Amino acid sequence: MSAAQPLRHTEHVMGTVFSFAVRDPGPGTAAALERITARLHRIDAVFSPYRPDSQVSRLGRGELALDACDLEVAEVLRQCRRVAEETGGHFTDHPAGRLDPSGWVKGWAVEEASRELRAAGSVQHCVSGGGDVQTVGGPWRVGVADPLRPGALATVLTGHDLAVATSGTAERGAHIHDPRTGRPATGLASLTLVGSRIADTDAYATAAFAMGPDRALAWIAARPGLEALAILPTGERRTTPGFPGPAAA
Amino acid sequence: MRRAVVTAAATTAGVVLLLSLKPHTGQGGAATRPISSDPGAAAAEPPSTASTAGPSAAAGPSSGAAPSSAAPATATRSITGDAADTRYGPVQVKVTLAGARITRIDVLRYPNDSGRDRSISGYALPQLNQEAIAAQSADIDVVSGASYTSDGYTRSLQSALDKAHA
Repeated sequence: MSAAQPLRHTEHVMGTVFSFAVRDPGPGTAAALERITARLHRIDAVFSPYRPDSQVSRLGRGELALDACDLEVAEVLRQCRRVAEETGGHFTDHPAGRLDPSGWVKGWAVEEASRELRAAGSVQHCVSGGGDVQTVGGPWRVGVADPLRPGALATVLTGHDLAVATSGTAERGAHIHDPRTGRPATGLASLTLVGSRIADTDAYATAAFAMGPDRALAWIAARPGLEALAILPTGERRTTPGFPGPAAA
Repeated sequence: MRRAVVTAAATTAGVVLLLSLKPHTGQGGAATRPISSDPGAAAAEPPSTASTAGPSAAAGPSSGAAPSSAAPATATRSITGDAADTRYGPVQVKVTLAGARITRIDVLRYPNDSGRDRSISGYALPQLNQEAIAAQSADIDVVSGASYTSDGYTRSLQSALDKAHA
């Protein structure tokens, strides 16, 4: 073992688990992790559509005005609208007809956690929120779960400052609906996007998954700094031209 | 060395946990036919051999992985964990390493008394091994996959990684 093991921390929050690995822990790291986990629980309390008393739930029911919410609520809704516009309506903050900005919030929370670690002086860390990953520094080796073989990896991405987000049906079934048709998206087993910032990368992964494979790959290929690996229910793999490394089975 | 022993213990704990979740009948006996994570290995290898399996077994199920930086020539060694006594019988694993990388896990002893034990062991133990190999032979830091719930996390590779390095 040449290098020391990174400092690791896991936190159950937002209905999933956030995992942290910090390769350059310093005297401020523990306090930063405490601030981050407090912030994540606060984000959950404000934004969770599963908590009837969250600001988002009350806002959605018309019991709370937007300007009575935390300032971050308006900003999150603005970002949701931006992604919806950029993706031709394949993203929504009303997935089942009611206010639910979760498609943006988790990736954004991962990015905020990473930002807080950087503010505490870390230039070598990675943060995963339920499988959506932001790495800072590197090289980091990011395994991409194989959607068709539980427990196995489809590929491994190695790089610096990567954001890697995967949308798929392996964990929670066909839960992503095409906002334009209302039908569950079933053309892909999983879609993994590689970008640089996880908030956008994660939201784009959700939207592109709803587009289906052909449209998704064309849309991603046209966006600079974004690459994708699509795994079809048949096991067929398709990538954008710039996807790093060999992806063939 | 110390880490390898910890890993062997963790793997045993995983096997025990897995078995304890399944309904069992009868008193557990101990099997002598090892289960190997190496898909090509004949399962008839006698237990407690200080095997020196070549590092070629490292591929595991993650064959689609990007080529890892060619591993430096490292010694292959295997470590046999203590048998863990469970209410269903003893469970014992052997871990083979090339350097710090696990290349193979053999389950040397496992409950094998009843028909149900045999079918659970035959299915569940190799499955568990595949997962351990997939995550550890690829030497990854983190896993991206479809969003898991808090429950789903406990079955995820990320959970295995977090535990392995905790």
